[in-house]
Amino acid sequence: MSATVFFQEADFITAAYIVAFGMFITGLAKLTSPTTAVQGNKIAALGMLVAVVATLLNPDLDGADFALIAIGLIIGTIVGVPSARNVKMTAMPQMVALFNGVGGGAVALIAWAEFRQPFELSDELDVGIPLVFAAIIGSISFWGSNIAFGKLQGLISGSPVKIPAGLFVNIALLAIAIGAGVAILLGSESEGLFVLILVAAAILGNLAVLPIGGADMPVVISTLNAFTGLSAAAAGIALDNYALIVAGMIVGASGTILTDQMAKAMNRSIGSVLLGGFGGEAPAIEGGGTENGGTVRSTSAADVAILLAYARQVVVVPGYGMAVAQAQHAVREMSKALEKKGIEVKYAIHPVAGRMPGHMNVLLAEADVPYDQLKEMDDINPEFGRTDVSLVIGANDVTNPDARLKADSPIYGMPILNVDESKQVIVLKRSMASGFAGIENPLFYGEKTQMLFGDAKSSVAEITSELGAL
Amino acid sequence: MASTILTNLAILVLAAFVGFQVISKVPNTLHTPLMSGTNAIHGIVLLGGLVAIAHADGFLSRLLLVIAIAFGTINVVGGFLVTDRMLSMFKKKPEPVAEDADR
Repeated sequence: MSATVFFQEADFITAAYIVAFGMFITGLAKLTSPTTAVQGNKIAALGMLVAVVATLLNPDLDGADFALIAIGLIIGTIVGVPSARNVKMTAMPQMVALFNGVGGGAVALIAWAEFRQPFELSDELDVGIPLVFAAIIGSISFWGSNIAFGKLQGLISGSPVKIPAGLFVNIALLAIAIGAGVAILLGSESEGLFVLILVAAAILGNLAVLPIGGADMPVVISTLNAFTGLSAAAAGIALDNYALIVAGMIVGASGTILTDQMAKAMNRSIGSVLLGGFGGEAPAIEGGGTENGGTVRSTSAADVAILLAYARQVVVVPGYGMAVAQAQHAVREMSKALEKKGIEVKYAIHPVAGRMPGHMNVLLAEADVPYDQLKEMDDINPEFGRTDVSLVIGANDVTNPDARLKADSPIYGMPILNVDESKQVIVLKRSMASGFAGIENPLFYGEKTQMLFGDAKSSVAEITSELGAL
Repeated sequence: MASTILTNLAILVLAAFVGFQVISKVPNTLHTPLMSGTNAIHGIVLLGGLVAIAHADGFLSRLLLVIAIAFGTINVVGGFLVTDRMLSMFKKKPEPVAEDADR
């Protein structure tokens, strides 16, 4: 038996897939620590290469038009590489949304092309059912991700858009998609019906993400990620391809875990996020609850610098406002100045700070903040009592003590950073406007709190230069 | 045929458990790279496009699949590259400034 024949054995290809799974899982396992993560990603990428090459050697592909395959691969590379190379770290959530979307789109298109094959789906339900499932979820994921991209990129209003009778319309759309799918599984060969599945799911994807506000994006992106993974796994069952099943399902599991963690960190059920509304109903809450009697004390960069200079431990609490102001590099410069004076600087990162899970960590890592200074909520909360100064930069709701203290607050029960326990609190803020939830933050009126109003980036730079002058 | 679908479902269930086990250990700090990394992994649908195009007839089917392959490739290549870029920024001791000054 010649070598080429050996490489084309079906068993060889399955074996190559098994090697690829091992590499995916090893790669992901190495993502648990920043020291091994780079290597882990490379191993996973290599696993993907193994899977692709093995598939190309597949004897089933003998009849394939390799020119077409090459066109697809080349176009994908030409589009994918530069966008991955050039994307700014602040724009990472929309990049991930876009990559996620094309994955879902690919699943939907493959399902459509498979449907056009001359075999009776009604005779082979074990192919037909996953194919219809893949088409619905893939199409929702593609369009939902595109809307998420549009919102994050600012192409579509980031604020929640109310759709009249949204829930009813969405359920109706899902019913149409499933109904058309059932008709196909019962024997209809109408391509129009299959396109109807894709279109109904597409509209559903649009309408489901459109009402969701920007701050809920971590949950949405995680959910869409899980959807694409599940649709890939379903396509794998339809095509009887182990690689798709395993890889798709692992992603489905990962997206599900992240969705759950994000929703918990916001104290909201996944259902309530997906139904939208939080940002929409918030102004009414604000109107009712502004009887906060306290006064706001404003301070200057010079005073903050003095306060910081005499601290032993400073905790920086960054929020999305820091990313918007592009202040992460200025913040890093300030920390360096403080560290030079022997002051310990830590960063308290709330799980939903930013527009996707872990977004703030990436921004600070880009600004050269060592990752061992980036503290997760549960690690940093016991430390606030020993913290001399907490510096809140562009964060709001995640520091609101009402979540802990006031049972009738809409965010009561949400896990927060206990900034109010530190000896002094400095809040850098553009104005007194409320956070995305539209809820008053008593932290701002606290006795230990001083506000430094202005653009975060220039305020921080000013503090740094004042520190240098001390 | 029944045994094929059952084998596939068994693999599906096991993969779900492996996924839950491995992913739940990833710290919050690395959630963004985790997401873009898993994102790249579901670009494996690319394989589905490759397999399907082999037996695809007609212009429309082929067109759909070429687009699917291109989409999958964007997903895979872009996803792994961007993850690599992000992860390489996570450094433990980025303090060569002080050391350089000493030298």
